[in-house]
Amino acid sequence: MHSDPAGVRASLRKYVMIGAALLVFTVITVAANRLHLAVPFAITVALIIAVTKGSMVAAVFMHLSNEKKWIYGALLLTAIFFAVLMSVPFFTIMDSIGTPQPAIGVGEHPAGH
Amino acid sequence: MEQPTTPPSVVYEHAHHIDAHEELGWWRKYVFSTDHKVIGIQYAITGLLFLLFGFGLMMLMRWQLAYPGKPIPLIGPWLGQSRAPMGIMLPEFYNQLGAMHGTIMVFLGVVPLAVGGFGNFVMPLQIGAPDMAFPKINMMSYWVYYIGGVIMLASFFPTTGAAQSGWTSYTPLSVITATSGQTFWLVGMIFLITSSLLGSINFITTIVQLRAKGLSYMRLPFFVWAQFVTSFLLLLAFPPLEAAGILQLMDKVAGTSFFLPSGLVISGKPLAVAGQGNPLLWQHLFWFLAHPEVYVLILPAMGIVSEIIANNTRKPLWGYKALVYSVVFLGFMSFIVWAHHMFMTGMGTTMSAFFQTTTMIISIPSVVILTALLLSLWGASIRFTTPMLFALAFLPMFGIGGLTGLPLGLAPSDIHLHDTYYVIGHFHYVVAPGTIFALFAGIYHWFPKATGRKMNELLGKLHFWGSLVCINLVFMPMFIQGLAGMNRRMYDGGAQYAHNQGVLHWNVVQGYAAWGLGLFQIFFIINFFMSLKWGKAVDKNPWEATTLEWLAPSPPGHGNFLTEPIVYRAPYEYSVPGAAKDFSPQFEPEKA
Amino acid sequence: MNIPYTVEERPDSGLANGKLGIWLFLASEVMLFGALFSTYIILRTGATEWPHGELSVPLGALNTVLLISSSVTMVMAWAMLKLHNWGRHRLYLLATFALAGIFLVNKYFEYSDHLARGEGPSHSTFLAIYFTLTGLHGLHIVGGMVVMAYLLGPGAKLWKQNPDQFTNRIEYTGLYWHFVDLVWIFLFPVLYLL
Repeated sequence: MHSDPAGVRASLRKYVMIGAALLVFTVITVAANRLHLAVPFAITVALIIAVTKGSMVAAVFMHLSNEKKWIYGALLLTAIFFAVLMSVPFFTIMDSIGTPQPAIGVGEHPAGH
Repeated sequence: MEQPTTPPSVVYEHAHHIDAHEELGWWRKYVFSTDHKVIGIQYAITGLLFLLFGFGLMMLMRWQLAYPGKPIPLIGPWLGQSRAPMGIMLPEFYNQLGAMHGTIMVFLGVVPLAVGGFGNFVMPLQIGAPDMAFPKINMMSYWVYYIGGVIMLASFFPTTGAAQSGWTSYTPLSVITATSGQTFWLVGMIFLITSSLLGSINFITTIVQLRAKGLSYMRLPFFVWAQFVTSFLLLLAFPPLEAAGILQLMDKVAGTSFFLPSGLVISGKPLAVAGQGNPLLWQHLFWFLAHPEVYVLILPAMGIVSEIIANNTRKPLWGYKALVYSVVFLGFMSFIVWAHHMFMTGMGTTMSAFFQTTTMIISIPSVVILTALLLSLWGASIRFTTPMLFALAFLPMFGIGGLTGLPLGLAPSDIHLHDTYYVIGHFHYVVAPGTIFALFAGIYHWFPKATGRKMNELLGKLHFWGSLVCINLVFMPMFIQGLAGMNRRMYDGGAQYAHNQGVLHWNVVQGYAAWGLGLFQIFFIINFFMSLKWGKAVDKNPWEATTLEWLAPSPPGHGNFLTEPIVYRAPYEYSVPGAAKDFSPQFEPEKA
Repeated sequence: MNIPYTVEERPDSGLANGKLGIWLFLASEVMLFGALFSTYIILRTGATEWPHGELSVPLGALNTVLLISSSVTMVMAWAMLKLHNWGRHRLYLLATFALAGIFLVNKYFEYSDHLARGEGPSHSTFLAIYFTLTGLHGLHIVGGMVVMAYLLGPGAKLWKQNPDQFTNRIEYTGLYWHFVDLVWIFLFPVLYLL
């Protein structure tokens, strides 16, 4: 555990480095966007970068790289149900009986009321 | 409600800290209290009042169903022009009663009583903790719930009335109904959900962190296990509904169209919104919560019943480990069955096959729990006390509720039964003679702990037998009506349909049974207040029970225990061969 | 009366109460934002047309930089307490607070720009989910700022009485703050770039 003063002092540099890395990734994700990649590919790239950044924040800033089993357990359970929640779009759209929703023109947006 | 006894000033640990908090004023002691027992009692009393109120709404509905279009006697003239002109109920008001009866009973009555009330009062005592892990958050949780409740009640006052799109608030109906009721409902729900979240964080932390010395997980009373799993359900299933509530609130207030599809036409006029929303999304998010919510309603009840059955059979629970594994598995599975409420939405066969399978799987642990409790009765010399009677009645009542659920979990039969009174009957058997009976059992069982006095047995038995007969007369005919195809949520009970004619007369029977059920609750109310003052004074362990709460004084003071509780054995060591008494409490060391 | 394990760790779980509590809270937050992301996917896949480049990428990127920096200063504020460097701790916490404030000012300009052009939440489904997600995230920023203001102001007295407990509070605030940052890390590409 790195909560003793010596361990914390050693971590200071790491925090700054991770911060810098996160900024670099931000630049990369914006730059990748400038390339105007095909949409599915762009989504994949952007999500990979976001997941990488997110894991860095969680692992280092939130100290998840070194936590107790109860916290891992709670997060694992959350991750499973999060995955279930992410299946809702699939369940909503992918499998339904009858004609699919007709594509309705979206040209005329009625102004907000 | 407790007598203001002086709190025991001896607290086993860090005794030198106590001086600063010794005497609290009346407001801090009874209103803005951080003591889990006071908060539990606040939750319980508020929950009971809401149950009574929700029951009142139902009695009005039953009048309308039994005698459609006839003026409501007694209170009819008081309801006002916008609800019941000349005492005759308007359809809009009937819809409000339906929506609010469901909302109030589930979110403001049963859950606060089962989790907020019993969980708060009993759980810390059973694990030997001095209080909850976060006492201030505990207090906040109650007051946030209270505000949510006030908002829900306030929604009746505008002349357009309360929410009227059912307790499920299905979109787009709930969004396009142009009254303020639904907005109140959504804001109220956001408060109630926040309260539940605060509560569940507190419960889990308390159970993990504050168990007494020697109290390993497999020595936890089953009630604590039930609360533990319930808290995880609240923690992880409620936020999606909070999100959905926020989205629907945006639809109502900010004019967005998350749940409104393109091309919606209301009364011949196209709706002026951006469109492109998805009405089914609401159902998914709603049931993602609301199915686990069913287990939030039932698990604490199973916990209470287990405690009472073990205590009154004077035997260990049959299959404690099986019970624990079942309840954990049940909690887990409850997250992946939600779409069985949605077979009628046009879902494909792959998806309905998946959800039918998970639904059949989840019935297994429920049956395991029920069977274990039933087998616990085998060969016991049962003490038929009032709490035990309610607990015993829970078993067949919940059994009927559970078994009638199976046809609803299978798409082919569900398509026939969906939206009929059969569904209402099924759900109410689970929650009314099921959960609410268990809650009554719990009140009779722990009343001596909370007050130092027992409730009256004769009044209790009158309450029990009257309620048992009446409640079955209310709900059993619903299966007959539902199988005949009678639709629910009909203002006149479906009188204009030919296929209902053979079963309409049951509405009158159900009406009288419902009012009778109301009358029998008077015995409980009288008993409750009478016993507070004149009930038989008892010592700290009147039921000769084994779990830790019976080590604390009755009523326990702030800090609960006089000496540090240490646990030496499993929770239900009744009738241990060779022991001097027929109960060996967890807190008593092995015979020296 | 004292609740055990408010400061020290319970031996068998290795945790203090607050640590478990804040993580459970974050778990519920994951489900809250998860449901909204899920909604985003449904709306987007169901839409016949999805606007592209409607939001200002420079402003969004600037806000990302601000939040990432605030995460660094937040973890430094905690580390400084562990090193018993009170002065630097105050500086870092104040910096976190200030960065959060600038984030909100930035957000205010973005919002008012949209509203001035008549592009409120009701204008399109994209703007609806944009305002809902960023609005809820903004509320989390405000919540975090309230807690930080407390810890900078009246709450700071605890350092004198119980330094360990104060350090824990900063740690828990930090965990929450990093989570808010983490949500933004996903919101930025999802709303601004894709």
